[in-house]
Amino acid sequence: MDYVKAFLIGGLICAVVQIFMDRTKLMPGRIMVGLVCLGAILGFAGVYQPFIDWAGCGASVPLAGFGNTLYQGVKEAVDSDGLLGLFRGGFEASAAGISGALLFGYAASLIFDPKMKN
Amino acid sequence: MIVGKQSIQFEQAVHIINAAGVAGKKEAEGPLGNLFDKTYEDPYINGQTWEEGEANLQKDAAAIVMEKAKMTPEQIRYIFSGDLLNQLIATSFGLMDYNIPIFGLYGACSTMGEALSLGAMTVAGGYAEHVIAMASSHFGSAEKTFRFPLEYGNQRPFSATWTVTGSGAVILGKEKGIARITGITTGKIVDYGVKDSMNMGACMAPAAADAIYQNLMDFDVSPEAYDRIITGDLGYVGQTILIELLKDKGFDISKQHMDCGIEIFDSERQDTHAGGSGCGCSAVTFCSYILKQIEKKAWKKVLFLPTGALLSTISFNEGKSVPGVAHCVIVECE
Amino acid sequence: MTVKTKEEKYNAYVKQVTPTTNMWLNICKAFLVGGIICTLGQLITNWLKSGGLNQEDTAAWTSLALILLSVILTGLNLYPKIAKFGGAGSLVPITGFANSVVAAAIEFKKEGWVFGVGAKIFTIAGPVILYGIISSWFLGLIYWITQLF
Repeated sequence: MDYVKAFLIGGLICAVVQIFMDRTKLMPGRIMVGLVCLGAILGFAGVYQPFIDWAGCGASVPLAGFGNTLYQGVKEAVDSDGLLGLFRGGFEASAAGISGALLFGYAASLIFDPKMKN
Repeated sequence: MIVGKQSIQFEQAVHIINAAGVAGKKEAEGPLGNLFDKTYEDPYINGQTWEEGEANLQKDAAAIVMEKAKMTPEQIRYIFSGDLLNQLIATSFGLMDYNIPIFGLYGACSTMGEALSLGAMTVAGGYAEHVIAMASSHFGSAEKTFRFPLEYGNQRPFSATWTVTGSGAVILGKEKGIARITGITTGKIVDYGVKDSMNMGACMAPAAADAIYQNLMDFDVSPEAYDRIITGDLGYVGQTILIELLKDKGFDISKQHMDCGIEIFDSERQDTHAGGSGCGCSAVTFCSYILKQIEKKAWKKVLFLPTGALLSTISFNEGKSVPGVAHCVIVECE
Repeated sequence: MTVKTKEEKYNAYVKQVTPTTNMWLNICKAFLVGGIICTLGQLITNWLKSGGLNQEDTAAWTSLALILLSVILTGLNLYPKIAKFGGAGSLVPITGFANSVVAAAIEFKKEGWVFGVGAKIFTIAGPVILYGIISSWFLGLIYWITQLF
């Protein structure tokens, strides 16, 4: 059941974004920014976390999940550290993902050369 | 002799003494594949980077055209050349070793038309015995300059074109050669407010229509005066629009019209969507295909007009539209 | 009735003659690819959980695993092919974010390790991180204010 939910929900989110992309011709970078902000807002509204608890990776793997992670991080940090938490929480919660992408990305640039499309 | 508003008719035609076209692997696999003078398996064109590769395309095209015309760099008075990269680095680094005086040109993908026009004017004016007119583009360097890194995953819309990896060069002079340039019509910048950089054909079609219309007006001829009217890289979408725009002005060019971008790739088989584009697209198609048709007199008189979309990543990010430009060159058989 | 300018008319005409992609087909492909990537994430998650890892660490390891997979597929030039097929299906998951990081890193290595890879690695990822941090900061600020009362 986990897998069915992950497949259907994850697929559904991507399908909706595809409609949006085809209709608006927005550049992919803008779509990514939009998804992260949307995730943070839905996290703030208290919707996204229960959604992840229910749909699992179907909700956490899309970039909106990254936005939610950022907000949840800020929220927890505010609870424990007050105002200072606003400045700590986001990067603390997303540290693994961002560091991973940067480190693996850098490593890949050491190994691979740009290739032609055909 | 100046003619009409934007045209020149050469009292003594300027001759295209010889031509050379070099191209990449994908172009070699296309419908014009066996017409090129040299093709490359290596996407880096024997360089270390896309930019070096494109410079090598220019270097080789110039070398081959001089070899074919049995000339040395000392016999060439000027080069007129350009590419799509910032500050024309492919032109500078590709051609500097020849020690030939050079004019670097930027006309986006219309550069070959600009080079032919200025080269022909220079020769006709008596300021040079021989000049080279050339242009180049490279898929990798153009994607990197204008769009995304090549490893980045994205979907190309049907209106998008594929930048041609290639370079075309001709030597212009006064003695008889393979074809003659008898006139030119220099295009204006035309902006219809299209902002979609993935639909270059629509950006450039109004400029092409304007230049063709002006050419027909200035020389007072109908489209039937030309065996072919050949645009640079409008692609399928741009072609439809161009024919429609000229119909509105009272000219039907549907029988004569041809587009280098459509000719150079097999869009079904090669998945290039709207067709080829880039300075190299019109340059290499002109040098390797169009001139051969004119040389063997299959076509007697051709209107060749490379088309350019005038944008940079900066103008695009700053929300500007994409204006177009096109330069007509009248090429006739010997 | 509004008077249309020449530009508006032309843009409308262009829209009409430009062939559009088959939207339903694209949606199905995006659904399929996005669904598969998320299911893969679930597979990793369940496997880690069965090993006794807590919720938070599981989520982090899952992200890392998907990022690594995307990096490898990008390096081998396979991710662009998946993206060409899947569209949003490959852009929206965290793997799309990783692809944008590694694609820039590989492409710009020729321009040097500091100003090539170092600066350009953030070309697409930078805005995502920046606006993620800004939006969560503002929302966090609102949360902080609500907690005062």
